Amino acid sequence: MKIWAIAGITFKEAKRDRILYLLFFFAALGIVASRALAVLTVGDRVKIIKDVGLASISVFGVLMAILIGTGLVYKEIDKKTIFTLLAKPLHRAEFILGKFLGLVLTLFVMTLAMSLIFLAIVYAHTLKIEGVLLVAVGYIFLELVLITAVAVLFSSFSTPILSSLFALAFYLIGHLSWGLELIIKKMRPGAGKALVRALYTFLPDLENFNFKTEVVHGLPIPPGIYVSAFLYGVCYTAFILGLAVLVFRRRDFI
Amino acid sequence: MADAIRIDKLQKTFRLGFIPKTRPILKGISFSVREGEIFGYLGPNGAGKTTTIKCLLGLIHPDAGTIEIFGRSHLSPRSREPLGFLPENPYFYDYLTAREFLAFTADLFGLARKETGGRIARLLKLVGLERAADLPLRKFSRGMLQRAGLAQALINDPKLVILDEPLGGMDPLGRKEIRDIIVRFKDEGKTVFFTSHILQDIEMICDRVAIIVGGRIVKEGALRDLVSERVLFTEATVSGLFPDAFRGLAESVSVQGDRVLLRIFEESKVGEVLDLVRAHKGRLVSLSPRTETLEDIFVETVTRT
Repeated sequence: MKIWAIAGITFKEAKRDRILYLLFFFAALGIVASRALAVLTVGDRVKIIKDVGLASISVFGVLMAILIGTGLVYKEIDKKTIFTLLAKPLHRAEFILGKFLGLVLTLFVMTLAMSLIFLAIVYAHTLKIEGVLLVAVGYIFLELVLITAVAVLFSSFSTPILSSLFALAFYLIGHLSWGLELIIKKMRPGAGKALVRALYTFLPDLENFNFKTEVVHGLPIPPGIYVSAFLYGVCYTAFILGLAVLVFRRRDFI
Repeated sequence: MADAIRIDKLQKTFRLGFIPKTRPILKGISFSVREGEIFGYLGPNGAGKTTTIKCLLGLIHPDAGTIEIFGRSHLSPRSREPLGFLPENPYFYDYLTAREFLAFTADLFGLARKETGGRIARLLKLVGLERAADLPLRKFSRGMLQRAGLAQALINDPKLVILDEPLGGMDPLGRKEIRDIIVRFKDEGKTVFFTSHILQDIEMICDRVAIIVGGRIVKEGALRDLVSERVLFTEATVSGLFPDAFRGLAESVSVQGDRVLLRIFEESKVGEVLDLVRAHKGRLVSLSPRTETLEDIFVETVTRT
């Protein structure tokens, strides 16, 4: 109940953020412009539309999560609205989870709106509603949920600019860390390999959520991969939120 | 009578700056607030009043000491269930209306929606915001925000109300209304803990006070025990005589037209001043003995510490 009250107010606040609509506008522009790009490019036009459309949803969704998420907790502290909230019988963990869920709800609505535009553009070309595209969108959303948790974590102890940089670094590292897996395969057994493996285990691998290529090209995906990617996302998000709660619980609000 | 608040040897040091500098704010303060009383917490700026309140509410973690609210540790969120709090400068979500904001705070107490509708309407009436109930808070003046803050502090019908400078930013009429509301709390059996710079207000309504200076409680007790009825001096306003006529009897404080304001420090000389006025066919405009006030005690305590 209390978590939902915080989530509701966070959703209301995020809804008022102009940057959300600006990013949504550019995402929609990207999806619609994929048609023009498809005309200018050699190859399967529909695949290009799908590729560019999914990439737009992913990139602008991440920007929404970072730019809004990193200000969420910070703004409450900066504007001192937190004094009134934490003076109520509210656990600090409830506050963090409420903030997180509020932004997740915002991103869900935004992702849904972007997906509808995307499906409509694809339908205009194929005259088919391709539900399988929603699988890729679903995993993009799972990635956004994780990025939101990261943004909330940094927002609980840092300024929005620094938090945005940290969260962006997390995103970039997350999409490049799969390279470590290749290195591990080529390394000889020993301390070095163990170290790189430990690093790979600790660092996020956001490529786990990337099903764009498979979905666009109609490649088969074993069901186990879906399940493991889902569990990876849920566990990593829970871990990051746990860290955010730990950091937030220790804070003094001067 | 049981204690609503019990603070024991509370200490807090802030570490501020890039190269942290330690700054002790609370140096082992102890006091208690009894159930059903109005308790005034006084101190100059930077003495540690707001830090004490923030420790009490769990916004700041003390370095040492214990705090109990109705016998329960302040660290438990449940200890805040019977508590209402108005911060010094009320900061709220300015895009919400007063009614929406109160509904939100009711949700934070887990109150049922059907129960809160009537309560919100009653509170808006109590604080005089009925007409502004559906305006966004960003359109509120500071005084109106203070009223909205008071309403949210009462949403759970608290047993203990903590008010940090509740009279700040209020016009005289608003101050009187808030004072009356605080007194009404006492009649309803609520405990009130409040800080204020306006000592006359504290003197008017508090049962007990504590004075904090430099992070230490330097005075605590019932107001009637702290403020004696000893006459400090007598103030007299006379007309028709020059100030020099009173040399040796009284100190001339100010001259306005033909009126002279005198301060007579020795009680025995009051009669002599009156005789002098009569002898010179002057006129006595006013005569009032000045007893000790809370302000005198406060100024004396702060300057001595």
